[in-house]
Amino acid sequence: MSEAVETPARKEVRETLIVSRRVREFPDDAHTFERATSDGAYEIWKEVLRRADVQWIHDEVKASGLRGRGGANFPTAIKWESLPDNGLPRHLVINGDEGEPSTFKDRLLIEGDPHALIEGVCIEAYRIGSHRAFIYLRGEFALGADRIEQAVHDARAAGYVGSNILGSGFDVEIVVHRGAGAYICGEESALIESLEGKRGMPRIKPPLPIHVGLYSEPTVVNNVETVCTIPHILKMGGAQYANLGVNRSTGTRLAAISGHVNNPGVYELEFGMTLRDIIFGIAGGIRGDKQLKFFLPGGASFQWLIASDEHLDQVYDIDDISAKLGTTLGSGAIMVYDEDTDPLLVAWRLAKFYAHESCGKCTPCREGSGWLEKVLYRMSHGQGRPNDMDALLDISAGISPDVMKAPFTQTTICPLGPSPVSAIASLQKYFRAEVEAACAAGVPA
Amino acid sequence: MFTEANKKRAVEIVAQYPKAHSAILPLAHLAQDQDGWLSLDAMDEIADYCDTTAADVQGVCSFYTMYKRRPCGNFVVSVCTNVTCLVVGGPEVLEHLEHKYANDNDVFVEEVECLAACGNAPSMQVNYEYHEHLTPESAEQVVEDYKAGRLVARGVSGGAVHA
Amino acid sequence: MTTTEPQSTKTTVSVTIDGNTVEAIPGEMLIKVAQENGVYIPRFCWHERMKPVGMCRMCLVEVDGIRGLPPACTMPVAEGMVCHTETPAVKQAQDDILEFLLVNHPLDCPVCDRGGECPLQDTTLAFGPGESRFVEEKRHFEKPIPISNVVLLDRERCIQCARCTRFADEIAGDPLISFVDRGGHTQVLNHPNHPFASYFSGNVVQICPVGALTAKPYRFRARPWDLATVETSCTQCSVQCRGALQSSSNRLVRLLGIDSNAVNHGWLCDKGRYGFEYVHSDDRIREPLLNGAIASWPQALDAAADALRSARDLHGAESIGFIGGARGTNEDAYAWSRLAKGVLGTDNVDAQLGDGLPAELILGVERASIAECDSAAAIVLLAPDLKEALPVLHLRLRRAALDLRVPLIDFSCAPHGLSSEVTHALAAAPGEQGARAEQLVAAVNGASSDGVIAAAAATMKARAGTIVVVLGRANLAERSDATVQAVAALAQLPNVKFLSALRRGNVHGALEAGLAPGILPGRVTIEYRDAVAAKWSAIPEAPGLDTEAMLRAALEGKIKALVLIGADPIADFPDRALAEAAVRAVPTVIAIDGFHNESTQRAKVVLPATMFGEKSGTITNLEGRIQRVNQKVSPDGLAMDDWRIASELAFRLGHDFDLETVDEVTNELVSVAPALAGGSAQLFRSARDGVRIPVAQHHAEVQLRKGLGLTLDGPDGVSWEPIKVEAEITVESVPENGNTQDAFALLRWDGGSVRVDLPGRDAYALRLIGSVSLYDHGSAVSESPSLVGLRTVPKLLVAAADLQRLGVPNGTEVHVASANGAFNIVVQAIKGLQPGVAQLAAGSGNAANALIDAAAVVNDVRVETIR
Ligand SMILES: Cc1cc2nc3c(=O)[nH]c(=O)nc-3n(C[C@H](O)[C@H](O)[C@H](O)COP(=O)(O)O)c2cc1C
Ligand code: SF4
Ligand code: FES
Repeated sequence: MSEAVETPARKEVRETLIVSRRVREFPDDAHTFERATSDGAYEIWKEVLRRADVQWIHDEVKASGLRGRGGANFPTAIKWESLPDNGLPRHLVINGDEGEPSTFKDRLLIEGDPHALIEGVCIEAYRIGSHRAFIYLRGEFALGADRIEQAVHDARAAGYVGSNILGSGFDVEIVVHRGAGAYICGEESALIESLEGKRGMPRIKPPLPIHVGLYSEPTVVNNVETVCTIPHILKMGGAQYANLGVNRSTGTRLAAISGHVNNPGVYELEFGMTLRDIIFGIAGGIRGDKQLKFFLPGGASFQWLIASDEHLDQVYDIDDISAKLGTTLGSGAIMVYDEDTDPLLVAWRLAKFYAHESCGKCTPCREGSGWLEKVLYRMSHGQGRPNDMDALLDISAGISPDVMKAPFTQTTICPLGPSPVSAIASLQKYFRAEVEAACAAGVPA
Repeated sequence: MFTEANKKRAVEIVAQYPKAHSAILPLAHLAQDQDGWLSLDAMDEIADYCDTTAADVQGVCSFYTMYKRRPCGNFVVSVCTNVTCLVVGGPEVLEHLEHKYANDNDVFVEEVECLAACGNAPSMQVNYEYHEHLTPESAEQVVEDYKAGRLVARGVSGGAVHA
Repeated sequence: MTTTEPQSTKTTVSVTIDGNTVEAIPGEMLIKVAQENGVYIPRFCWHERMKPVGMCRMCLVEVDGIRGLPPACTMPVAEGMVCHTETPAVKQAQDDILEFLLVNHPLDCPVCDRGGECPLQDTTLAFGPGESRFVEEKRHFEKPIPISNVVLLDRERCIQCARCTRFADEIAGDPLISFVDRGGHTQVLNHPNHPFASYFSGNVVQICPVGALTAKPYRFRARPWDLATVETSCTQCSVQCRGALQSSSNRLVRLLGIDSNAVNHGWLCDKGRYGFEYVHSDDRIREPLLNGAIASWPQALDAAADALRSARDLHGAESIGFIGGARGTNEDAYAWSRLAKGVLGTDNVDAQLGDGLPAELILGVERASIAECDSAAAIVLLAPDLKEALPVLHLRLRRAALDLRVPLIDFSCAPHGLSSEVTHALAAAPGEQGARAEQLVAAVNGASSDGVIAAAAATMKARAGTIVVVLGRANLAERSDATVQAVAALAQLPNVKFLSALRRGNVHGALEAGLAPGILPGRVTIEYRDAVAAKWSAIPEAPGLDTEAMLRAALEGKIKALVLIGADPIADFPDRALAEAAVRAVPTVIAIDGFHNESTQRAKVVLPATMFGEKSGTITNLEGRIQRVNQKVSPDGLAMDDWRIASELAFRLGHDFDLETVDEVTNELVSVAPALAGGSAQLFRSARDGVRIPVAQHHAEVQLRKGLGLTLDGPDGVSWEPIKVEAEITVESVPENGNTQDAFALLRWDGGSVRVDLPGRDAYALRLIGSVSLYDHGSAVSESPSLVGLRTVPKLLVAAADLQRLGVPNGTEVHVASANGAFNIVVQAIKGLQPGVAQLAAGSGNAANALIDAAAVVNDVRVETIR
């Protein structure tokens, strides 16, 4: 939150390929068993089985400082440490639901390097003592599901997955489970409900999934990128990995850059570059010689930034950006908008997304998001009314009491409820005058 | 009703999970790929496999937008209009296809949320197969290619590619 | 946090709510702790009897040290917790939530059944904002749609609290409604192929906090402000759930469940909830009838008295029989008992219709309470399908098994409502319960055994606490002998108690009042005659006949006058052939009833009796709890209370009972009944949860209600919240008139020595189980418009393997025949039924009764295809 963070040293403007190296090097066939294994897939898994040392895995990952890449940034090794020892079976669930708007970095790994994911799953399952891992993919990832299923099949045929793996006595089965169109199933407890064959509605916490998860048993949920990183950490050593990045943002992360940039795409970035470096260096700047107007540095759910020096000079560091600018790096998506973009339209489309994806459990989220969407629709379609911006702020306050505060105050079960409020706060902060002008020009009903 | 082959498949799917209830989603995908949509009777059948009631299956499946509760033809065309596609032409692709296929019972055009293909926006899926970098015209061409068999479609739930 | 006391000795935690520090049980939800300490936190989704979901967010509060506003309904209290329910932030949140809830709510209050008693309305008044700022289009759905025969759903009014869906799933175990679609489009719905056909569907109407779910029977019948309410008990079955009975313009319009921890947790079954409709049926008997023609009360009473007198004078008292009495109050039963035994001198009296168990067994075993099941070491089911027979007891046991993890050990060989919750299924075939029970008891006592018996015995020994045997007549197609034998065995277990599952409304009150051969009021046998001697002039010398024996005597011409007290032996006695011939053979039948039935058609004199809601008194439930029923409307036509009819007959036979009010009857019953010693009409009236008998032993449990009336307003009094009756004083000691030394005289069942000799089974025969169904063809169902359409059409249920073996296609009509009768019926394969057995419901036309020979140890049937 507001801990002082050391100003990090500036990083070179270039990619650092670790988790995405194989797929970037062999874009056509990295997903095949032959290519992946000839490129070293499963070597670390074999090493793990040879050493048979759970503590080693734990220590390296802890030393690496790896934090979850799903958006909540929770240190992976600390999550493992919270597992209760209650004799119940433990489950490993991989979160491949990637549904946050403009987030498309896990898809690269799912479709492009399934064996890396499987290797990571095996090692993590070994670490936590789980014998059945579920890979939950968003339903729309049909190709991804095919590829992972094929990869599981090939890995099983080669003896890397299944029972008594390579004679070690260790068993792990991998079940690929497809969702069916519900963003909220990316939230870990909703994902678990969905895996249990229920409506994907988040659970009340506590208890956390790590204590009472799938089938009421202890469950580790990790993001695809997180899991894919684990073998690399073991290969290069946790300390070595921790040397990359800045402060507590160690290593690299996949950033999905989209919108009005010249070179949209997924890039593997070492933490520590500035946002300017990323947008103008890595992604090639704004296309068509336009000016940057605003951008969303961490997916759709958090506050926006604009083309100010303060914002562009901000370092890509999980804690620093939150302490200084009250927003986060979230899901790793960076959405960039040029000078011609109507921020009301973007805000409306986000509200529409959250209204569509609200699971419907909490009153403020279910009713508030729909209400915001209706008002924003009018505003962005030429029917704004003079006091609409204040109405938006009022409705937002009903969803998340301190609208302008970041991170938001939550009165709902999960953070989806207050997510559209980030867009309202951003409009108020940066575009109030523009919005008022638009509404004044609109046709009053 | 599941075909004999799918009945066998259904039993295998159920066996993957510690609890049969977990198989509701995969069985609904299976039924939809078989029938082109998820009928009330299919929910009844799934309820039997998963040890629950049809009301429960209906409640679960209706939560998920991929399950279609009325027939939607052979091709489900899902066009993204979320915040990246929004600013690079997604809505225009959607409007064009909706208009073009308004009376075509074989093509079901829907607006969807972000498909995780924003790097190459605007994007759409046809039976969950990606098509990216679209214009209204190229999008229409893609659909026509499927209709003419020049492109091979998956099942309407994105199930395994048809032979 | 520093605590001075060691954690282990303190069983409560200190919690500060709005500045007041209170003690609470750790883990209890804050909303409940606050409520128990006088702080009402508004809520919609939370219901005390269900698990919290935290959906509506109406109960947001502030808790020191916790960011944001957590919901009080999902916040377990912990030591030192400091919570605020009235801060500006909380008030603001309440305003906001209500405004959101009203965004899509139609505000059609003037035409809504809930109008005037709507929690959403009330909460908005108490906690809500002023005007809504919502100017957009609201969500639309088709207005009320039927989701079952009795429940309508208006999805526009729904506020998505999930109370109904959770009730259906968690409590009733009938997940036939669920949320459909998502987000702002979420609606509650059944699957179109399957209506919400739950025996408990009315509860969802009661707990819905808006008018989204309405009951067809009540719709537009009344506005809440026209309603008058009394507290009462349901008399449809022997659970006797607590209820609030409401009327408008002298018509009963609604029965709501009252939350009694001892009995029903606030739930009712639909038969109980809607069955009162029969009170106002057009078919009610409204005037006395003599030889089929309307007569005056004096004419009819004179004729009845004359018939009884002449039978006694010419053929002796044993030529008179009384059957029935389980539908009335304890006072009714007592008056009939005194008339039969104390005036006429006959002991041929039986409140059971050959479908129960011996009275001395039911009265003489150690009784368990319903609540004891919650903490039992194990529950043994030696009973019919409780979902059909005693629905709300079924809910209680389901909760015990599922939520409280009490093991269930089941003797049944047929599937039933609790089958999926059973821990050990002993699956005793008809007639084999006794042998099975003996094996089980031997295994508990250390004899070696294997398989399910050993496992069940191990389970019974593994947990501390009482073993509760739920004891009823599981099969009407076998004699009760095997059950008696099983009870004799199970009674040997340590810490065992029995919970009777006899189902007729007040059968236990009737037996306790002496409506059984050989029994006098107060759980004593006729040897213990001193207690009644002062009031009663005649007392039979020897035990008389039970219903079956009376019917056989009637066939032999030995019964000259038969009094049917709300009884229809032709339909209800398991052996229809016997009952029909016997009733025909009796020269004079006198019927006291509210409706005509097959047996009353034969009556010379028919006397119209008051029914539920038309009379007051006490009743006794299956755990021996005496509770009140109260009058709400004046009787229809010229109907009279049973106890008055009995007194009038006695007077005509030369005995003045000298009873003017129902309380006088209660007090006379108490004065002669040892088991009731220490009670009084006053005590029964004012004990909130009633009083269990023997009264003297249960005084310490009695809680006296604060007021005698029941008001249904105030935040925790409205119907959607568990309706609670406030109580305060605990009666510690036995009052002065407590006649405790009589306790020694109470009947103790000696265990008997029945052995069952089972005949062999031939390969083509199936052994019959005669079962009960909730929606039978009795008058409560047949004469209640809301229920009549739900009556079960009996089918012959057989295991699929047997159908295959017999070459009979599933679902076809077959010919079924026993030694006693034969007819055609549709056959259906069901899962979970033991092979070699066939199950058929009793109690209607082509039903088990027509096949059963009451004399047979077991009944076998043959099934043949029709060609
Ligand atoms: C509304 C919502 C959506 C989410 N979607 C995703 C997602 O698509 N993928 C993901 O990995 N995590 C997602 N998360 C985060 C997960 O709840 C969880 O924190 C994560 O999977 C944990 O894995 P990690 O520790 O490896 O990051 C989402 C969270 C919320 C509240
Ligand atoms: S905040 Fe929204 S999405 Fe999250 S649990 Fe509540 S209703 Fe569901
Ligand atoms: S009562 Fe607490 S959230 Fe509904």
